[in-house]
Amino acid sequence: MDLAFTKEEQAFREEVRQFFRDNVPPDTRRKMVEGRHLSKDEMVTWWRILNKKGWGVSHWPKQYGGTGWTSVQHYIFNEEVQSYPAPQPLAFGVSMVGPVIYTFGNEEQKKQYLPRIANVDDWWCQGFSEPGSGSDLASLRTKAERKGDKWIINGQKTWTTLAQHADMIFCLCRTDNNAKKQMGISFIVFSMKSKGVTVRPIQTIDGGVEVNEVFFDNVEVPVENLIGEENKGWDYAKFLLGNERTGIARVGVSKERLRRIRDLAGKVESGGKPIIQDAAFREKLAACEIELKALELTQLRVVADEGKHGKGKPNPASSVLKIKGSEIQQTTTELLMEVIGPFAAPYDVHGDDGSNEAMDWTAQIAPSYFNNRKVSIYGGSNEIQRNIIAKAVLGL
Amino acid sequence: MDFDLNEEQRLLKESIDGLLTDSYDFESRKKYMKEKGGWSKAVWGKLAEQGLLGLPFAEADGGFGGGGVETMIVMEALGKALVLEPYLATVVIGGGFLRHAGTDAQKAAHVPGIIDGSKTLAFAQLEKNSRYDLFDVATTAKKKGEAYVIDGEKFVVLNGENADTLIVTARAKGDRRDKSGIGVFLVPANAKGVARKSYPTQDGLHAADITFTGVEVGADAVLGNPEDSLALIERVVDEARIALCAEAVGLMDESLKTTVEYIKTRKQFGVAIGSFQSLQHRASDMFVAAEQARSMSMFATMAGDFEDAKERANAIAAAKVQIGKSLKFVGQQAIQLHGGIGMTMEAKIGHYFKRLTMIENSFGDTDYHQRRVADGGGLI
Repeated sequence: MDLAFTKEEQAFREEVRQFFRDNVPPDTRRKMVEGRHLSKDEMVTWWRILNKKGWGVSHWPKQYGGTGWTSVQHYIFNEEVQSYPAPQPLAFGVSMVGPVIYTFGNEEQKKQYLPRIANVDDWWCQGFSEPGSGSDLASLRTKAERKGDKWIINGQKTWTTLAQHADMIFCLCRTDNNAKKQMGISFIVFSMKSKGVTVRPIQTIDGGVEVNEVFFDNVEVPVENLIGEENKGWDYAKFLLGNERTGIARVGVSKERLRRIRDLAGKVESGGKPIIQDAAFREKLAACEIELKALELTQLRVVADEGKHGKGKPNPASSVLKIKGSEIQQTTTELLMEVIGPFAAPYDVHGDDGSNEAMDWTAQIAPSYFNNRKVSIYGGSNEIQRNIIAKAVLGL
Repeated sequence: MDFDLNEEQRLLKESIDGLLTDSYDFESRKKYMKEKGGWSKAVWGKLAEQGLLGLPFAEADGGFGGGGVETMIVMEALGKALVLEPYLATVVIGGGFLRHAGTDAQKAAHVPGIIDGSKTLAFAQLEKNSRYDLFDVATTAKKKGEAYVIDGEKFVVLNGENADTLIVTARAKGDRRDKSGIGVFLVPANAKGVARKSYPTQDGLHAADITFTGVEVGADAVLGNPEDSLALIERVVDEARIALCAEAVGLMDESLKTTVEYIKTRKQFGVAIGSFQSLQHRASDMFVAAEQARSMSMFATMAGDFEDAKERANAIAAAKVQIGKSLKFVGQQAIQLHGGIGMTMEAKIGHYFKRLTMIENSFGDTDYHQRRVADGGGLI
C-alpha cells in the first residue's frame, strides 16, 4: 500500500497545471469561479485549445486521438480541470457518444464522427430521458420506423442538456414494440438541424436554461445513422453510463468550492468578525472537508484498482462515488449560502442569451445552490444508486 | 498509488483470519470472557506462536519489522472476530512506547516478554477530568534523587487487571494543563503503592481504575524525556487511533455482513424482509458508510508515516471523525434491521454494536477530532 504519487505523476500534474495557467482564458476561469454561465463560444474556444494540445479526448484509444495515459494520469487530469477550474470536455460527445461509436460503430461512422467530436465541430446532446421515462428509462416511447432507406422518428425527449447549442443528438428510439422493453431499443444519431426537430427550453429553479424538451415530428434520418445493431441500443446505453465511473464524484469541483468557502469565510463578517472565526461554522466546514477526503480516497482506491486490474470488474467502492459525490457537492453549496447570508437574495435576471453578468457575483450563490439539487437526481438518482448497491453489491 | 496488499501482507491476513476462524467463534468468546482478566491465555499464546505479538518490533529486538499496514491487517481481523485479548494495550500502545522511546535496556527488559506472550502491558493515561486531552495530567512524578515518586489516579485502564507493566503518564513539572512537564513511566503492576480495582467494560473487555500512592520507580523506568514527552504520547496515541480505526472497519464489515445475511433470511409478510426497498436502501447506506470508513482507515494507516507531525495528526483526526460517524450509523442500523433479536445479548450483532460504540469514545470522539481539524485550518 502506498499513498504517494510517483515523481513522474507529480511532474505530470505540474505540467497540466502549467498548461491551464498558460491557456485557460482568464475570463472563462473567473466566470466558473463565480458560478456564471459560459457562452457556447467560450466553451468551444477552450475545448479546441485542449484538443490542439492533444488532450481533448484523453481517455480514447490512441488510434482515435487518445493519450494513452494511465488511470492515475486520467485521475490527475480530471482533478486539475475541475479544481482549476476550467470547463470539462463536453461529456455528451467525449465521454458518451464517442466511446459508443469507436466501440460499436462501423469504420465509416468512426471516420465521420470521431474527429468532429474531438474538435467540437459538432456539439452533441443526449436523447435519453422522456417525460414518462426517467429512472425507468427502458420504458421510453420515442419511435423510429424503418421506411426504405430512412428512419422516421417521432416522439419527445426531455432534460436534454444544452440542446440549444447542439448540432447532433444520440437518441434511444424504440424500434420493436413487441420485444421485452429493453430489447426493442436502438441507438440512432442525427442532426439537430433536421426538419421536424423542435427545441423548447426549460427554465430551471436557478433561473437558467441548461435543459430542454426536444420534439421529433416525422424526422427523417438516413438508415446508416444507426450505431451498432438494431435493437441493441440498451446495451450501448448501459455501456455508455458505466463508462464514466470515477469522474462522477467530482472531487475537484468540491475541492475548489471548499477553498472558495474558506476564502470568503475569512472576509464575510458575522457578529463583528469573519465568519470563519465562528466555531460552529468552522466545524461544519471541517466536517465537509473530511467527507470529501474520504471520498477522494475511495475514488483513488477505484482508480488504483482500474490501473492494476483493468476496468472489467468494477470495484464495489465505485458505487459510493455518485452518492457521496453528489451529497458533498450539495453541502458545499449550502455552506456558500450560509457564508453569504442575506446577500443570497438578489436575483440576477438572465439575458436572452442565458448570460448572467449583470449583477454582483454574490447573486450567483443561491442559483448555484438551487441548481445543485440536480446532482442527486441526474445520472441515475441516488435512490437508483442505492438499488444498484443493494442488488449488485449486497445481493439483496 | 497502490491500495493492494503485497504478497507477504496477504499471507499475514490469511493466517490471522484462519486462526480466528478456528478459535474465535461467538460461543468460544463467551468462555474466554469468563477467564481471569477477561481474555484467553491460550488464544494469546496462539497469537504469539504465529509471531503476531512481535509484528511491529524491529528485527534487532526480536520482532518482524512490520509497519502500519501490518498492524492494520491484524486490527481489522481482531475487529471482525470481536477479539477480547489485549493487542491494542500491549502490542500497539505498550509496544509503541518501547519502539519510539525505549532504551536498549528497556527494550531488552520488556520486548521479549511481549513477543513470547508471557507479559502484557496497559496504558494508564485517563484521569478523572482529563477527558480526551492528552496533556491534561494531574498525576505527579516527583523527582527524588535519581528516582521518581508517582502519585495520582488513573481510570478505565484497559487490561489494567492482567497487565504486568503499566505505562503511566505523570507530570514532573508544571500545572495540570501545561503542555510541557509530562513524563512517561514504566511501572511494575505489583509495585508498592499501586492499587487496582478492576471491572468489565460495556463491550466485554476488562479495565481497571488504578491508584498510585507514593510509587517509587528508578531512572530506568523513564521512557523518553521525563519532563517533555507530550509529543511521544501523541505519537503513540495516534498509532492507537489508527489501530482503532482499522478495528472498527473490521467490526463494521462483520456487522454489515451479518445484517445483510439476516434480512435475506428473516421472513415477514411471507417474504424475506431484505426484499423491501426501505431496508435495501438502509443496507446500501451502511455499505457506503463502511466504505468511506475503510478509505479513511487506509489513509490514517499511511498517514502514520507522515514526517510532518501536524499533517499526521490532522489526517488521523480526520480519520477518527469519519470512523466515528460511520460506526454510529452502521452500528445503530445493524440493530434496527435485526429488529427485536438485535436487542438481545444472545445475538452477536449487539456485541459488535457495543464494541463500536466504545471505540467512538476512545482517544477522542467525533466532535473532539472534528474540532481539532477545524481549528487546525482544515484539510483541503
